[in-house]
Amino acid sequence: MTAALEIENLSAVLGGGQRVLRSVSLTVKPGEVRALVGESGAGKSMIGKAVLGVLPPSVRLVEGTIRLEGTDLGALGSRARRTMIGARTALIPQDPLTALNPSRRIGPQMTDRLVSILGWDGARAEARVRQLLDEVQIREPDRVVRAYPHELSGGMRQRVLIAAAFAAEPRLIVADEPTTALDVTVQQQILRLIAEMQREHGTAILFVTHDLGVVAKISQSVSVLYAGKVVEESDTTSLFSAPKHPYTLALMRATPRYTDPLASLLPVDEAVLAGLAEEIAAADRAWGSPHG
Amino acid sequence: MAEPLFTVRGLKVALPDMARKPPFGKAPMVEILKGLDFDLPRNAITGIVGESGSGKSTLGRTLVRLTEPTTGSVIFDGHDISHLSEAELKPLRRDLQMIFQDPMSSLNPRRTIGSIIAAPLRQHGVTDRLSERVAEALKRVSLPESFAARYRHELSGGQRQRVGIARALALSPKFVLADEIVSGLDVSTQAQILTLLEKLAGEMGLTVAFISHDLSVIRRLCRQVIVMRAGAIVEAGPTDAIFGAPKTDYTRELIAAIPLPEIDPDWLGRKAG
Repeated sequence: MTAALEIENLSAVLGGGQRVLRSVSLTVKPGEVRALVGESGAGKSMIGKAVLGVLPPSVRLVEGTIRLEGTDLGALGSRARRTMIGARTALIPQDPLTALNPSRRIGPQMTDRLVSILGWDGARAEARVRQLLDEVQIREPDRVVRAYPHELSGGMRQRVLIAAAFAAEPRLIVADEPTTALDVTVQQQILRLIAEMQREHGTAILFVTHDLGVVAKISQSVSVLYAGKVVEESDTTSLFSAPKHPYTLALMRATPRYTDPLASLLPVDEAVLAGLAEEIAAADRAWGSPHG
Repeated sequence: MAEPLFTVRGLKVALPDMARKPPFGKAPMVEILKGLDFDLPRNAITGIVGESGSGKSTLGRTLVRLTEPTTGSVIFDGHDISHLSEAELKPLRRDLQMIFQDPMSSLNPRRTIGSIIAAPLRQHGVTDRLSERVAEALKRVSLPESFAARYRHELSGGQRQRVGIARALALSPKFVLADEIVSGLDVSTQAQILTLLEKLAGEMGLTVAFISHDLSVIRRLCRQVIVMRAGAIVEAGPTDAIFGAPKTDYTRELIAAIPLPEIDPDWLGRKAG
């Protein structure tokens, strides 16, 4: 079966030539949730942005391919590429307040995409939005479609954006830290909702997060990222039962765990960081030779 | 047992609700803290946990008297500080220090780290051996002495939070308020900062109110915990007891909602293996 997303050997540099993605390869199978986990600056959001074609101008892809359901995005013209990304992917962002236009009502913001990108007529789009609001368990859809973003709670706004993401039946959703800004009880509800929607619709998700607790809940497979390099790749169950890379193990030990307070929140060993630095340097030497 | 450092009784705080303020006229008052009774024991880290809007930060601000209680009393080390004026508070301020969530915005961008750490010393009339004291403060948080000449933008998030700690501890206070001090940090940095705070609190005999939304962090760090919701204390007691046998549904829910970094075979019917 063709993968929903296949990234192969992707490298990116900043204006000054500094490498920020280091030959990243990963695959999201149809209907699979792959977590992309790492600390700040690891490049995890950047990979999501590369897939959605919204990298900032300062970042340049210099090598590698991104395939959406087998189609190489790099081989398409910019208009065709944008159409394909718009039709087949969607984003669930971290901060629902900044992702929504504060001066427009929720309803039209949700139908816009369906009308402008997929060419649906207004009535069909509206019916679809109602259906999705129902699926994300919004009890008063009439009030919500007429509301402005600030009139909804954080959890409600995130439900709206989840509904919007699934509305056009995308093949792939990029979820960029979608629960990070939420309270823990709301986070649990939203994670459950995303998982249920994902199953119901069979959508593949690239789930960007810094939280191994979220990884354990939501994903079937996981890529661990450090300094723009995938240092470990595994199915989620094996990652937690037998982490292979010392950095993965260090991250697990650093993550707070109330069930085992003394074995958690442990500082990362200097030796692990030194090993990572050496690994990155070696990768850059190997990469640097043919690229000058 | 020694008497507690803080004794708080019937504490209520009402603040103007600016969201409901009419264009002309006074904003209606909204009660943020609804009558709290608790003690903070000396030489211990007490966790204060709650979700957004629970009033935990307002409570912290009231302890260090950035916010004045509406009614009720806050007794600090034998002094009723509930309604003291700023001048009356001045001599007590050196013992009431705080560390904030975002060290980026709480450190002055135009001053060197050295002068930031020296500021509370100067304010309290300590003017001799300043550079020596700054060097000591930096050493205490495991930063090199040379950092005194740097500016906040030259530091990583973890280093900035170390500076925040160094500044708060420069006067060897009795009490430190730590409000969400690791929320913006990566887990690896978070672990270092918490370990550092724990070590210094032990060495310096500090009493710490550690405000956090993260129960796992509180479990690791605090001997006792106060669980808050909607301006009231839901339950309070030794951390072991609260986690071992929570008395209220709310606390149980809060604990159950924490995503653990391990596979949960029961979650949404996930099959283990």
